[in-house]
Amino acid sequence: MRTLSPSTLSPEAVGLTRSEYDEIVRRLGRDPTPLELQLFGVMWSEHCGYKHSKLTLQSLPSSAPHLLQGPGENAGVIDIGDGWAVAFKMESHNHPSAVDPYNGAATGIGGIIRDILSMGARPIALVDSLRFGPLTDPKSRRIATGIVAGIAAYGNCVGVPTVAGEILCDPGYRDNPLVNVACLGLLRHNRIARSRAAGPGNPVLYAGARTGRDGIGGAAFASEELHEASEHEDRASVQIGDPLAGKLLIEATLEALGTGDVVALQDMGAAGLTCATSEMSARGGVGMIIDLDRVPLRETSMRADEIFRSESQERMLLVVRSGSENRISSIFRRWGLQAAVIGYVTADRELRVEYRDSPVVSLPPYALAEAPAYRPAACEPPELAEQWIMPDVLPTVDPGSALMSLLRGSDVAAKRAVFEQYDHMVQIRTVVPPGGAGAAVLRIHESPPKAVAITVDGNGRLCALDPYRGAKLAVAEAAANLACVGAESLGATDCLNFGNPEDPEVFWTFRQAVMGITDACRALQIPVVGGNVSFYNESPEGLVPPTPVVAMVGLVRDVAQIATQSFKTEGDVVVLLGSSAPDLAASYFLELIHGLSRGRPTDVDLTTHASILAAVREAIVSGLVRSAHDCSDGGIAVALAESAIAGRVGVAVTLPYDHRAEVALFGEAPSRVVVSVSPDRLPDLQILAANHGGIELVVLGRIGGSRLSIAGPDARPMIDLSIEEMSDAYESLREVFS
Amino acid sequence: MRFGVVIFPGSNCDHDCIHVLRNVLAQDVVELWHGDSLLDDVDCVVLPGGFAYGDYLRAGAVAATSPIMPSVKSFAASGKPVLGICNGFQVLLEAGLLPGAMLRNQSLQFRCRQVLMSVESTKTPFTWNLREGQILQMPVAHGEGNYFAPKDLLDDIERQVVFRYAEDANPNGSARFIAGVCNKAGNVVGLMPHPERASEAILGSTDGRLIFEAVIEYVTSRSRVPALPRSRAEALR
Repeated sequence: MRTLSPSTLSPEAVGLTRSEYDEIVRRLGRDPTPLELQLFGVMWSEHCGYKHSKLTLQSLPSSAPHLLQGPGENAGVIDIGDGWAVAFKMESHNHPSAVDPYNGAATGIGGIIRDILSMGARPIALVDSLRFGPLTDPKSRRIATGIVAGIAAYGNCVGVPTVAGEILCDPGYRDNPLVNVACLGLLRHNRIARSRAAGPGNPVLYAGARTGRDGIGGAAFASEELHEASEHEDRASVQIGDPLAGKLLIEATLEALGTGDVVALQDMGAAGLTCATSEMSARGGVGMIIDLDRVPLRETSMRADEIFRSESQERMLLVVRSGSENRISSIFRRWGLQAAVIGYVTADRELRVEYRDSPVVSLPPYALAEAPAYRPAACEPPELAEQWIMPDVLPTVDPGSALMSLLRGSDVAAKRAVFEQYDHMVQIRTVVPPGGAGAAVLRIHESPPKAVAITVDGNGRLCALDPYRGAKLAVAEAAANLACVGAESLGATDCLNFGNPEDPEVFWTFRQAVMGITDACRALQIPVVGGNVSFYNESPEGLVPPTPVVAMVGLVRDVAQIATQSFKTEGDVVVLLGSSAPDLAASYFLELIHGLSRGRPTDVDLTTHASILAAVREAIVSGLVRSAHDCSDGGIAVALAESAIAGRVGVAVTLPYDHRAEVALFGEAPSRVVVSVSPDRLPDLQILAANHGGIELVVLGRIGGSRLSIAGPDARPMIDLSIEEMSDAYESLREVFS
Repeated sequence: MRFGVVIFPGSNCDHDCIHVLRNVLAQDVVELWHGDSLLDDVDCVVLPGGFAYGDYLRAGAVAATSPIMPSVKSFAASGKPVLGICNGFQVLLEAGLLPGAMLRNQSLQFRCRQVLMSVESTKTPFTWNLREGQILQMPVAHGEGNYFAPKDLLDDIERQVVFRYAEDANPNGSARFIAGVCNKAGNVVGLMPHPERASEAILGSTDGRLIFEAVIEYVTSRSRVPALPRSRAEALR
């Protein structure tokens, strides 16, 4: 066994710099002990300390009238009216999933669920945003199927439905997949729990599963690039999940919170006890004394540093009112979990840890919990603008076969083969299931007729070409997805996946993306209630595409007034709302059909966007339209095909665009929504559009038959395909995932 | 009437069943804790879906040995109605209250989707007022729902088949498309699809309600369900 002594432990050995070591000495007024230095190493890692990102993240808008808890807690909480609120947050679990796809993804689910639980909310939904290498590549296929299986194994057992998500593939994610998972929870206003420890003398209660040697150093491992041997060397840094314990922890914790005797709580995630004890005491401005001998262990002979840093899953730390510890403990034991008083809150703002009757740590909690913040150098990648130049001519392609290829392409194709592996209905809230629309809708039967909608969006292809515009587009699309089911956006949470922030080009890209989210969320008045930054997404093959992912939650006031993307009724008129001109720059068509990642993404006009979304929402809520679908990857042709496939009915349309066929069909532009309306309500829709600042409305055609026929303005047919053949292409992921 | 919904550690459709029985169908519901042994004077026991004890070892295997199960067995022996949904069905199989066993789905994957199934027997308290051949739509969500029994036993229990997946809709490879079976007396029924997920129009189907309404009417009107005809094997014996 390696022993710790100052001579064997340099700051570099725990991932810190010399100047950070000096800062530790300044804060403590002495040299840290080797164990303390290890704690600083993990708490000041990028993963826990956000040291390269927190100054940049300050620009994100984080206030709104209905916000009950913004960033700074385990999750944000937003009012949905009538005494109810929702808590939500997104986190990444990229590095563990690269090393051990199944367990890495599974524990990612467990971790975000406990963040929501820490706010006192019952977790009611999961959404995941996944990035893999091309699914034709053997390694990517293995990683992708492993990750999906891990999400299914944990999510299904823990009883929280996986209701929405996205899967996008790019060679850049081959060795470093992305697993971003958001969880949504439901709670009463007056039951928000927080993590601020308080009340000197109050017991600190450990609850949940036992502590083992798994996941030690996980946070530190997430804060460096993956290297060739990562898959073998870092496996011990990956935690192993136990979804049954996760489920029991949900029930027991909610029951414990119901007693009113829980003063504060936090889950033990990254950096385990170290993080929970230091953050809870720092936030409360108090201290704690912790006796490691009282921690329930899975194996004997664990060292103090192992116990204190272990990232074993399914554990919570609670501060409870003095005198209630036995009652609270018995709740956890009744659910078959461990419960032990491991220490007390103290008034003196000192975190003291003892092991075998000797003090092993004694320091102010803020010193650990508040990592230094840096403003790294930023530099625009010089070759970025070159990539905006579009090729003068593109080889001609047959539009019909191009559409078939797009429908088959992994980014567009139906995710049915994936979401059918997830229980997306448990808790009987799922009114719009995955695949039904761009957002899932969950009814809140505790407060009828309300429902909430949730969606997730991000696009590395666009952000690689222009991180500012790409991130803005991600926010715009998430908001469009919510509007298309009839929901008002309430708030967002983001997961920012980038490479090494100490590389100025990476940091510039990160900063641009944060600016994009900031500007878009400000313009659309959507607070960002919290989120996660994942840096060091690099492998020897290179950087992952810069990937900011936005999960957005919306409110549906009446669950009876929603829309889905499927065409419903033969004879209905198909209408396009929005007039932005389609463009092949940075489009999925250009990438998939021509193998080109080129062109500058559009700078979405957020004023126009907001008025179109407001019109769509009003049209849905007033029962005017029977379907709504925004035009995204693959342009209007894919949007029409998806609505037709979902409705199992044909449609014949004429596009208003004067562009070349492939631009008109597959060109992308934000703020375009395809809706269907019964012919007698068309005039009402026209009035509604006029009342929303004169939104352009074009009648495209009618629903009917069993084919998708798209013609150009001169009535020249461009596409004529049967719904059956398109459906078949659209289900291409069956071959990968089932 | 009064339903008892058993809560095992890891049950995750317990609240869903309680919601439907209490809020949609306005019935009395008591929660039956797996560690207790009393059934609290209920008229019908429901074993809900989920992953009791994490389904560690085998689906339903640990739950089948929990303290409440002897009471469930004597309740069943007294002829009162017992319904096992999904994981509850697996528990009833493991407890020996129903014949056969569950294998992993043929796909080796969990499947969550809407299915159509037909009512095959109306000689149970949960189907007595339905039509034979009536098609019901409700979702399945399971990884081990591939019903298995050897050919002899399948022949033997043919009349105990209560539900069968509609043609082309077998989600798991079940022998003879079996979606649900009952015991010889007909009062214990297990099915893989989730009636509680199909009991409100907003969720896409109300066919699941028919199963709960059948047993409510059976109990409250003290209807008599025609006895299951003896199986071929019994007749030969």
